[in-house]
Amino acid sequence: MELKYNSLAELANLAKKNGCNISQIVLQEQATAMECTEKQVFERMKETYHVMKKAELKGQKKDTVSTSGLTGGDAYKIKKHITEGKSLSGDFLTGALMRATAISELNAAMGKIVAAPTAGSCGILPAAVITMQEEKGCSEKDCVMALLTASGVGMVIANNASVSGAEGGCQAECGSASAMAAAAIVELAGGTPEQCLHAVAIALKNILGLVCDPVAGLVEIPCIKRNASGVANAITAAELALCGIKSALPADEVILAMKQVGDKIDVSLRETAEGGLASCPTAKCLCDKVYGCKESK
Amino acid sequence: MNIFDIIGPVMIGPSSSHTAGAVRIGRIAHLLMDEKVTKAEITLFGSFAKTYKGHGTDKALVAGIMGMQPDDERIRESIHLAEEEGVELSFVESDGSCPHPNTATITLTGEKGKKVTITGASVGGGNILVSEIDGMEVAINGQSDTLIVVHQDVPGIVGKVAEFLGNCGINVCNMALSREKKGGRAILCISIDGHSDLDLTTYINHFVGVTNCIMLLANNGR
Repeated sequence: MELKYNSLAELANLAKKNGCNISQIVLQEQATAMECTEKQVFERMKETYHVMKKAELKGQKKDTVSTSGLTGGDAYKIKKHITEGKSLSGDFLTGALMRATAISELNAAMGKIVAAPTAGSCGILPAAVITMQEEKGCSEKDCVMALLTASGVGMVIANNASVSGAEGGCQAECGSASAMAAAAIVELAGGTPEQCLHAVAIALKNILGLVCDPVAGLVEIPCIKRNASGVANAITAAELALCGIKSALPADEVILAMKQVGDKIDVSLRETAEGGLASCPTAKCLCDKVYGCKESK
Repeated sequence: MNIFDIIGPVMIGPSSSHTAGAVRIGRIAHLLMDEKVTKAEITLFGSFAKTYKGHGTDKALVAGIMGMQPDDERIRESIHLAEEEGVELSFVESDGSCPHPNTATITLTGEKGKKVTITGASVGGGNILVSEIDGMEVAINGQSDTLIVVHQDVPGIVGKVAEFLGNCGINVCNMALSREKKGGRAILCISIDGHSDLDLTTYINHFVGVTNCIMLLANNGR
């Protein structure tokens, strides 16, 4: 089987034809492509999942602080909020917000994470999958397989658009992560490959056009909170798809639209910290705080 | 591209280009230095120069120089660790021009006086492009396992190394040669298909005329 990961429809059709999930198609194909056994691919992804879980636990600590000193400790606040029974939206959603924040804060604190697909968006996919295991009782094996589905989605996006904020804005980083997470959740919830694609399309449509405008050029503000909102968006998209709601526009077309939008985003809004939120007066003050006054000259 | 390029690398944050890529650049300097490092001079260009303090790029480069990998949890403390080992560190923020915004030049001095200078850029997603080693132009991207062979520019070396790889059943996917001057020092960079568990560098280092041979594993290699 040769797959070029040019189309999500191709992936879903193959899965449908074989009566399996997208993850099984990706597993088979990657074992062939990487000249190893399916078990080896699975085990390596399992190790990766373990790194994600460790990061989630580490990032929840109260004393997590970023290198710049600008962020940290927010995941702890969410955890406390949940423990005190104050969560508005329930342990599932709030738990996912907490996990995305924890991993993203650990990233800013120079902790060990898995880029998924990038370091800036590293909290979204693990938060979705770990929450499905913790809150919905999904097995570890299924969670690892869901990561394979997510990576299949990520490869198609990378081949047809981009997963880099510098190239396509935040929609390409957190948007791709959110789409990957949406597909993973649908598969874990027992949805069909077709529903996975609808979830991908919905997740991407909801985040289309989001620019990459990090304060002081650092992967902190607004990135950490966009990881929280990225997983919430993934859950929204997955829930809608699981209800049987279809995206009127197919996922593959939405990916191309994202590429087109990304190409039109001005360079000042693509990770250069020259526009958007990065140009707010307070953002400039924060920048001075980190680098001294040199930057503002 | 495979799934571990999308879900991966496992790395120390916060930025694949400002930390993971920086560790990799530093590590190449480390691999090229075959004696204990006493001094590291690091010049930062472009975005590296502007944001290294916030991203921890300085720590990442030093971690690489100390031989760490991008997923080493000691990266945070690398500067302290280097100083403990008696490495004198200096950082220069350059406003000079560079071909890529995330570029660093590293000069290492060893205890016996050996010097190694490399210039590399972090080109996104933890990928790097080393453009210069000891004044010689190279183009090492680390996408495949790559052998870097520093040698004397005399007849036969390139053939000997290539023949050796062929005898090991290793296929060469890219090969480039650069030299200071005719008969002077030269660098041979050979990218290979897949991964070999053979200790290639030990053999190649025994070839007459080879000064130093190192193996750089592919970015998502283990």
